[in-house]
Amino acid sequence: MAVLIKPESFNPAQLQAAHEADMIAASGIVGHFGATASFIGTMRHFNEGDDVTGMMLEHYPGMTEKELDAVISDARNQWEIHDALIVHRVGDIKPGEPIVLTVVWSAHRAAAFEACRFLMEALKSRAPFWKKETLKDGSHRWVERNTPGY
Amino acid sequence: MTIRVKFFASLREDVINPKSEVDSSDAGTISDVWKLATDHPMPPHVLCSVNLEHAEPSQSVADGDEVAFFPPITGG
Repeated sequence: MAVLIKPESFNPAQLQAAHEADMIAASGIVGHFGATASFIGTMRHFNEGDDVTGMMLEHYPGMTEKELDAVISDARNQWEIHDALIVHRVGDIKPGEPIVLTVVWSAHRAAAFEACRFLMEALKSRAPFWKKETLKDGSHRWVERNTPGY
Repeated sequence: MTIRVKFFASLREDVINPKSEVDSSDAGTISDVWKLATDHPMPPHVLCSVNLEHAEPSQSVADGDEVAFFPPITGG
């Protein structure tokens, strides 16, 4: 289980592969999971009908990690999962860059899909991150709400 | 005998000259901390935490606590 807060751009596939390799090395077992579900959230160039050229992601250091750890712990209590990874960007972000990665490894797909979805929806309502957008005209605005997940 | 106070995101910009510490002997709840730290009424949408855990404004606070105020969360 791991939570990473990244102040620089990251490659989701690389981080997922690296975590999986570490997990297999740590367990010493190959083939103990049969399902991997992942979600990548990427910055759009539009929001609320406006062109967005950049974004600053603020967070509350300490509380962020604590909440993300708790989200993973809640997922483990609800589903049989082998491992989970959450990666979240902070700082200045450009359209097209990944914002968030959630990955769940489990024996079967139901737990992987459901727990991965849970991680995303839970972090969006619990982990203290805030987005400030830069619009095409150079103005800035705080994002006031997330788009609904369901 | 102090409580540390933090403001994040739009609240950090909107609340003018907030105090970063208040006297714990004057503050029984998180709402009290807001009143002692700012001259603004607490907006209805404000979220709060004590010692890095989500909390309600009516929650009690104690000496050494860290209280934070922030707008609705928009990560992910």
